[in-house]
Amino acid sequence: MEAAFYIAAIVAIVSTVLTITRSNAVHALLYLIVSLLAVAVVFYAMGAPLVAALEVIIYAGAIMVLFVFVVMMLNLGKRAAITEGQWMQGNIWLGPVLLSAVLVAEVLYLILRARLTESAGGVVDPKQVGLALYGPYLIGVELSSMLLLGALVGACHLGRPVLEKAEGRYDRNSDGARAHSGGNLIRAGARRAPNAP
Amino acid sequence: MRRNLIFILMSIEIMLNGTGVAFVAAGSRWGQPDGQIMFLFILAMAAAEVSVGLALVLRLYHLHHNLDADAANEMRG
Amino acid sequence: MLGLLWLLPAIPFASALALAVLRFSRKQVAWIAVGATAASTVVSVLVTIAFLSAPPVAHAYTQVLWTWIDVGGFRPEIAFYLDPLSLIMTLVVAFVSFLIHLYSTEFMIDDDGYSRFFAYMNLFVASMLTLLLANNLLLLYLGWEGVGLCSYLLIGFWYRDPANGAAGRKAFVVTRIGDTAMVIGLFLLFHDLGTLQIQELMLRASQNWHIGSPVAVAAALLLLGGAVGKSAQLPLQTWLPDAMAGPTPVSALIHAATMVTAGVYLIARTHVLYSLAPAAQFAVALVGAATLLIAGFSALTQWDLKRVLAYSTMSQIGYMFLALGVGAWPAAIFHFMTHAFFKALLFLAAGIVIDALHDEHSIFRMGGLRTRLPIAFWTFTIAGCSLSGLPLITAGAFSKDWIIWGAWSGPNGNAGLWIVALAGVMLTTLYTFRMIFLVFFGEASSEVTKRPGKAMLIPCFVLAFLSIVGGYVKAPFARFLETVLPWTEGAHSVPITELVSEVIAALVFLMGVYLAYIFFLRKRAYAAALASSAAGSALHQFWFSDWGMDWLYDRVFVRPLVWFARVDKGDFIDGFYAGVARMNELAWRILSRTETGRLRWYAAGIAAGSVVFIAVVLFL
Repeated sequence: MEAAFYIAAIVAIVSTVLTITRSNAVHALLYLIVSLLAVAVVFYAMGAPLVAALEVIIYAGAIMVLFVFVVMMLNLGKRAAITEGQWMQGNIWLGPVLLSAVLVAEVLYLILRARLTESAGGVVDPKQVGLALYGPYLIGVELSSMLLLGALVGACHLGRPVLEKAEGRYDRNSDGARAHSGGNLIRAGARRAPNAP
Repeated sequence: MRRNLIFILMSIEIMLNGTGVAFVAAGSRWGQPDGQIMFLFILAMAAAEVSVGLALVLRLYHLHHNLDADAANEMRG
Repeated sequence: MLGLLWLLPAIPFASALALAVLRFSRKQVAWIAVGATAASTVVSVLVTIAFLSAPPVAHAYTQVLWTWIDVGGFRPEIAFYLDPLSLIMTLVVAFVSFLIHLYSTEFMIDDDGYSRFFAYMNLFVASMLTLLLANNLLLLYLGWEGVGLCSYLLIGFWYRDPANGAAGRKAFVVTRIGDTAMVIGLFLLFHDLGTLQIQELMLRASQNWHIGSPVAVAAALLLLGGAVGKSAQLPLQTWLPDAMAGPTPVSALIHAATMVTAGVYLIARTHVLYSLAPAAQFAVALVGAATLLIAGFSALTQWDLKRVLAYSTMSQIGYMFLALGVGAWPAAIFHFMTHAFFKALLFLAAGIVIDALHDEHSIFRMGGLRTRLPIAFWTFTIAGCSLSGLPLITAGAFSKDWIIWGAWSGPNGNAGLWIVALAGVMLTTLYTFRMIFLVFFGEASSEVTKRPGKAMLIPCFVLAFLSIVGGYVKAPFARFLETVLPWTEGAHSVPITELVSEVIAALVFLMGVYLAYIFFLRKRAYAAALASSAAGSALHQFWFSDWGMDWLYDRVFVRPLVWFARVDKGDFIDGFYAGVARMNELAWRILSRTETGRLRWYAAGIAAGSVVFIAVVLFL
């Protein structure tokens, strides 16, 4: 088990690094899927079989399929990969790397300071998880259902084909309307009569 | 430096996954189910985020015909 | 049946709300608005029948709906109080409103703000009925401010012309001065007597205060301030002529028949207070007498048909104040009723004339309309005769003779006031027949482009009928009001009898008609010569400008205030707030730079923020 954990962890890290350095979107996606599967193995090795299964089903299955669909629909060709490669050039990554380095340092400091003892954990089986989920975390479940509903509605709304035209029209008109009032909405219409009776 | 919206979304997925690993590891360290439950919530959140995010990506691609995150800066101050 | 009382203000209010919020076609708007006022009229008639057939205990009925506020012994209720006084006022207001709404459906038909107009009008009716039926002074004040608001909105109804907006503001600000006095009066009353419920207030006032006590005088004078503002009496009368900027039905309903008489109602309602403060009551009489003369002279010189009528309204309300002041309470209310009929009719007929001549307001450019607008001519003449008091036939003669007689024989009356009242008759007759002769007789000078339809004529006929027969109910009217407003005739000995007074008034009327005939029909050159002589033209100018009141107020109040405001513009406090605004603008300039619209900057910002946050958590 121990060996499986370490191997899977190394695979996960390597594939993740490859994911973020590819310039071809499909390649990156494939590495990402590998990374997710490796993480699933890590979960299983840590004694969380339910989450491991969900990682495979939802993350590597559903979400990644979405990504693949979108990439296929956009049909990014070779030119996109070249542009991507050009964008990755230069020293512009210095800043983010510096920031991330500081973050990593802080996290390492935290971990070392905590002086972790040997793991006491065993397997946390799905039954325990289910009981806790529908016990103290019930409100969280409700909230995530609402979140998902919101996402559903939002995605439906954004996906409507008629939207584009209407949006464009309002976009242009509202600017025109604003300019019409002279822009000064507070003073608009506050003109005084020269000699009011 | 990434400017491609698809890559940015993927990176977000990686980060969320990283936090998930941290939660599950912590839960397994103390033998509690809470870590896994947090991961489930993260999963739900990621699903929601990805669906809306990808819909936005499609729409932006229709509008600008590229995936440059810097091109979509209509809301600058 | 009396339980229906709450519907009286509720129906027009609901209709106003519906008209303001929902969208209807013109036809629907007319049906809803007129229907609401018709329903109010029907309810008021039903209530009247119930009240007359089975008079409630002590001739008063109170309907408590709910407690409005309950704090520290201050407990005003939303409650309606019906007694003969409020009953008569309500009946007249509801009925005249109904007729004028009917008239407006045709008069305003081409206007863009049709629905808005009727929403305001209905809101006005609701507020006015609340004012009249209120059981406590706070609820009365709510209605009082409500009618003020509607008056403001309707004067400035055609808001595209800034002059109309200015007229609305003027009316609002000037009446507000009076309202402030009234509020202080309410504070004083509550502070000293501990209630605002009117009947209780009157009872406690007569128990706690002796006649002529300074508190009573102060309270009565402060309430008089409110009444003077709302009823356009001296010295707050300047807003009413400008209020004619509104549509003609508004002038008819609000600025002639109903709202401007709210001050009369307030004083009649609290007449016990005035009986306790004879000085204040005498002030009421003086205000009325002065206004009726000043406004009468001003009316003589105006060229705008509606402005003549506006000054005439002021003058007639001056009569009502005079009647209140001398203690002839029922005479004031009787004159209110007849005045509501004939003055509304005058405005409606004037509206027909103005509409027919394509918005022509100048009486010098009218003329010869007798044959071309016969109905307008006859109704206008009937109303004019009623206004100037054609004896025996018209309603106005009965009410005015009563006031004239009361001016001498009433508890506070004297010969001086009687002479003023007679002089008022002379002036009224002169300016009324000046209008009639100039508008309807002589040579035709402009084209008639429009003829009134049924909806405009029916209200005129009804009001003309009432302007004549309204006077014959004087005796039962006085008996009906007796329980609320006592009328003590012959409080002191008068060397003449009522009949003599009436005959003298009739003679004055005839003389006025004759003079008007000479000056404005037969020999117009006389009038022109008189007006162009040095003294005459100066006087003409003086009267025309409302005795220089506007000029005086402008110099004494408005300009110093504007000057002071201008000087004070850059003071410390203004500087402080301007500084705050400038700081905000600066901050906006800086922060809007960070709003680049670039996702990567935002991501970098989030990362940097979390670094700092974790660092703070770690090391602090």
